[in-house]
Amino acid sequence: MMILQQLRHLCRRLLEDGEVQVVIGYGQSRPDAPAYPIFITRADDVDRLVWSDRCFANLTAYLTRKEIRALGKPAIIVKGCDERALVVLENESQIERSEIVVIGVACEGVGLPKCAACDVRMPRTTNMVVGEIDNPDVPATDRYAALDAFMARSPADRMAYWQAELSRCVKCYACRQVCPLCYCQRCIVDKNRPTAIDTSASLKGNFAWHITRAFHLAARCVGCGECTRACPAGIDLMLLNLATARAAENSFGYRPGMDPEAEPVVGSYRERDQEAFIR
Amino acid sequence: MTSGNGFEPKIVAYVCNWCTYLGADLAGTNRLEYPANVRIVRLPCTGRIDFNLIVKAFEMEADAVLVSGCHPGDCHYTSGNYHARRRWMLFRELLDTLGIEMERIHFTWISAAEGRKWQQVISEITEKTRQLGPYQAYRKVCEA
Repeated sequence: MMILQQLRHLCRRLLEDGEVQVVIGYGQSRPDAPAYPIFITRADDVDRLVWSDRCFANLTAYLTRKEIRALGKPAIIVKGCDERALVVLENESQIERSEIVVIGVACEGVGLPKCAACDVRMPRTTNMVVGEIDNPDVPATDRYAALDAFMARSPADRMAYWQAELSRCVKCYACRQVCPLCYCQRCIVDKNRPTAIDTSASLKGNFAWHITRAFHLAARCVGCGECTRACPAGIDLMLLNLATARAAENSFGYRPGMDPEAEPVVGSYRERDQEAFIR
Repeated sequence: MTSGNGFEPKIVAYVCNWCTYLGADLAGTNRLEYPANVRIVRLPCTGRIDFNLIVKAFEMEADAVLVSGCHPGDCHYTSGNYHARRRWMLFRELLDTLGIEMERIHFTWISAAEGRKWQQVISEITEKTRQLGPYQAYRKVCEA
């Protein structure tokens, strides 16, 4: 409750002082329902803000939206995991930190699988942090445990798994819409001259789309897991993102959004990069 | 040229304009014979070889894909092959996770002087793919 009072107080002040024109935060219809994004433009509405362990959404996806930008300077509420997306967005020149007020919230986890291995419970680069962490120890859980378990299966078995999973995809593109780093004004899948990706929701088109989606996030994905959470067909899309995330960490010691100073893996190179697979 | 079961693989080679394409050309002018299973697609640079092209090749019933360009340090555009190399490192991980048969995707550096290497690489890939047989798993994906 303390956190919520502080958040509301802070946001009221920011709106009243005219420091920001809109607060991007969490709202909730019932206590047990997942929180949804709300956009508060009047100080009198700050009591609609909530903070609970149902605040799953990564709100940073809204920062790059035209219609949200049109509202004026935003303040945004982020958890430590969401904050990583801000770091990547800034690295890729999609946002200016000086044009945003970032309110970090100390988070002990929202009960998602990713929370088990979370090592960013305390936001690090936000303008302010609300709340404290009781237990600052980083859990010992391996963040690639799900991927390791999956890769223990044979390639044919993995292919069979994805054929079964991706056959359920209806190409709603929720995975794209919800992703803070899928910000292209015009997605490659919406271009039809030429058609790079079969647009039908056939297995062929679904493979092409999900390979594209995952690879456009290679060494960029911050692991918020919103793609998996948003998927109405219940496909664990995050599993694909983990593959390239682990490669980026193992080969280059790079975890997107962790260190604002780190050189991104894609878009840079070393002459000594390993190439055992190239003849 | 036919093997025991009569299967002849379709192999798509994405090659860069400045090194591997000229290497293949050299193989031709030197009368170095290599299997006709390969379909060469010439692109400006390995840095231009979009990963979607590899997917596209499999969609069009390729049984194996080769991506080849200039040796490190020799890129006509200075760094295209270095960027490509990093991208492939990550892309291979993704394809492996999807259960794509990795023995059907090949990467080589072949310079304009390596006509013989081109001949060897194409012969080996063709033979290996003959043994693997048609890429049924991805054809099944494309039929459904």
